[in-house]
Amino acid sequence: MPKYVIGPAADLQPGQRLIAEVAGRKVVIFNLGGEFFGLFNRCPHQGGDLCMGRTTGLVEAGPEPGQYSYSRRGEILRCPWHGWEFDIRTGKSRAEPDRVRTKRYEVEVRPGKDLFDGPYQAESVPVVIEKDYLVVEA
Amino acid sequence: MNVELPTRPKSDSSIVRPIIADCDIHPCLANPADILPYLPKRWQEHAMTYGMLPRHGYQSGPAYPKGQPDAARLDSWPPSGRPGSDLSFMQAQHLDANKVELGIMTVIAPAAGAAQNLDYSAALARALNEWQVAEWTSKDARLKASIVVPYEDGAAAAAEIDHWAGHEAFVQVLLLSRTAEPLGQRRYWPIYEAAQRAKLPIGVHAFGYGGYPVTAGGWPSYYIEEMVGHSQCCQALLTSMVIEGVFERYPGTRMVLIEAGLAWLPSLSWRLDKHWSRLRSETPHLRRAPSEYIRGHVWLTTQPMEEPEKRKHFHDIVEWIGIDRLLFATDYPHWDFDDPLWAVPVKLDDAARRALFLDNAKALYGRS
Repeated sequence: MPKYVIGPAADLQPGQRLIAEVAGRKVVIFNLGGEFFGLFNRCPHQGGDLCMGRTTGLVEAGPEPGQYSYSRRGEILRCPWHGWEFDIRTGKSRAEPDRVRTKRYEVEVRPGKDLFDGPYQAESVPVVIEKDYLVVEA
Repeated sequence: MNVELPTRPKSDSSIVRPIIADCDIHPCLANPADILPYLPKRWQEHAMTYGMLPRHGYQSGPAYPKGQPDAARLDSWPPSGRPGSDLSFMQAQHLDANKVELGIMTVIAPAAGAAQNLDYSAALARALNEWQVAEWTSKDARLKASIVVPYEDGAAAAAEIDHWAGHEAFVQVLLLSRTAEPLGQRRYWPIYEAAQRAKLPIGVHAFGYGGYPVTAGGWPSYYIEEMVGHSQCCQALLTSMVIEGVFERYPGTRMVLIEAGLAWLPSLSWRLDKHWSRLRSETPHLRRAPSEYIRGHVWLTTQPMEEPEKRKHFHDIVEWIGIDRLLFATDYPHWDFDDPLWAVPVKLDDAARRALFLDNAKALYGRS
C-alpha cells in the first residue's frame, strides 16, 4: 500500500490534531503524548466531521456504586454532532465498539532521509533529510 | 501540513443529495440585545431593566444542561456568534449543502410565549415575528416562518395570528409543548380558532416552560431523561387536544408535533381507542374514535426519530402512523441534527422518500 508523507512530525505537538488528505480521503491525525494515530474524518453514525470534535477522558463506573474513574485524558473523541465517543487509539465507538467504528490509519514517524526512496507520495510536502515526518499508510 | 482544519463550512461534493424540505430550523439572535430595535421603546426599557422571567421556578436558564454548548453542533458556530444567528453561514453549511428547498423556521429561544409577564410575552412575540421577516424570510425565499405567539394569553395569541394571517412569510403558528395547562384546555381555544381562520397549521415544538416537570412523575435528574420525556409530555398534550374536543370544535385544525419522537403515537392511539370504547358517555362531545382525530389532524416531524433494534421495524412504525403524516426535519443547528442522507434507519421506496422528505411538507404548508 502506498504511504503518504503528511508533514514534519514536529509540527504536530502532543494534544494537537491536524487534518490531512490521504488518497482522496480526509484523515484526522492526533498526537497523544508523542504517539500518533489517524482516524477517517467521517463519523460512522451520520457523517459529522470528527476533526471538529472535542477530546475528553474516559469516565467509567468503579467497582462499587457511586465510584467513578477518570482515565485516558484526551484520548476519547466526541463527534461534534451527536456526541458519539470514539477511542482515538482504535477508532471504535464507546457505545457500540464492534458495530460503530471509524477507520483507523497507521501513522509512523520516519526520518526524512528514508523518504527519498521507497513507495512514498509527498506531492505538496517538501522533505529534507534532517527532519522526521509523519507518514500514513492508505 | 497539507490541509488546515476547516474554519468555514464545507459540503461533500462527491455525494448527490436530493432536494428536501426541512421542517425544523432554528434561527437565533446573535446577541439578546439584537431584538431591541424590534420592540417598542416601553418594552426595550423593560427588557433591559427586568428581562424575561419564564414560567419556571427559581432559575433563569433551561431546566437541564444540554448535550453540547448552546445545544448546538460544534461545527455550527459562525465566526460572528451563536449557532443559527448568521444567515450566510446557515446557507453555506445547511440550506445549500443539504439542498433545502423549503425550510420551516421555529424560533424557540427566547421562548416569548413562556414569559410570565403576558404583556411582555405579546410584545416579544411580535418583535420576534418582525425580526424573522426582516432578517430571514425577506433575505432567503427558501425560508418560511412560524408565528411566535403569547400562548398563555389566548386572546392575545389569536390577535397575533390575525395580524400575520395571509402574510407570505408565515406558514404556521408555533407553540411549545410545556404549557401552563394541557393544550386542549379552553384557555387555548382562541389560538385554534384563529389558526383555523388563517388556514395555518399549529406547530408544537418540544421544550418550553410550563412550570412543571417534563415527566408526569416529578423532576428527573438527567438531560437524557428530558430528551425521552418529550414523548410523554406530547402524549399528554395530544390526549388533551383529542379528549377536550379541539379537533371536533375546530375541524380545520392541523397540528404538527415537532421534535417529540414518533413511535409512541400508534400505541397512544390504540390505548385511547380501547378506553374510549368503554368510556364514551364521559365525553359525548367526541363523535369519532380518538385514533380517527389523530389520523386526520396530526403530523409529526422526524428528528430525533426512534431507531429500532431491528431496523425493519421502522417500516411498521411508518405504516402505523401513515407516511403521509411524517415530515422530515433536521433541527439545524442543534446538536442532535439529523443528516437527510443518513438519518432514516431503513431504505424507503422512492414514493415514500419523496413524500417524507419533500411533498408532505409542501402540501401541508401550502407550497406545492
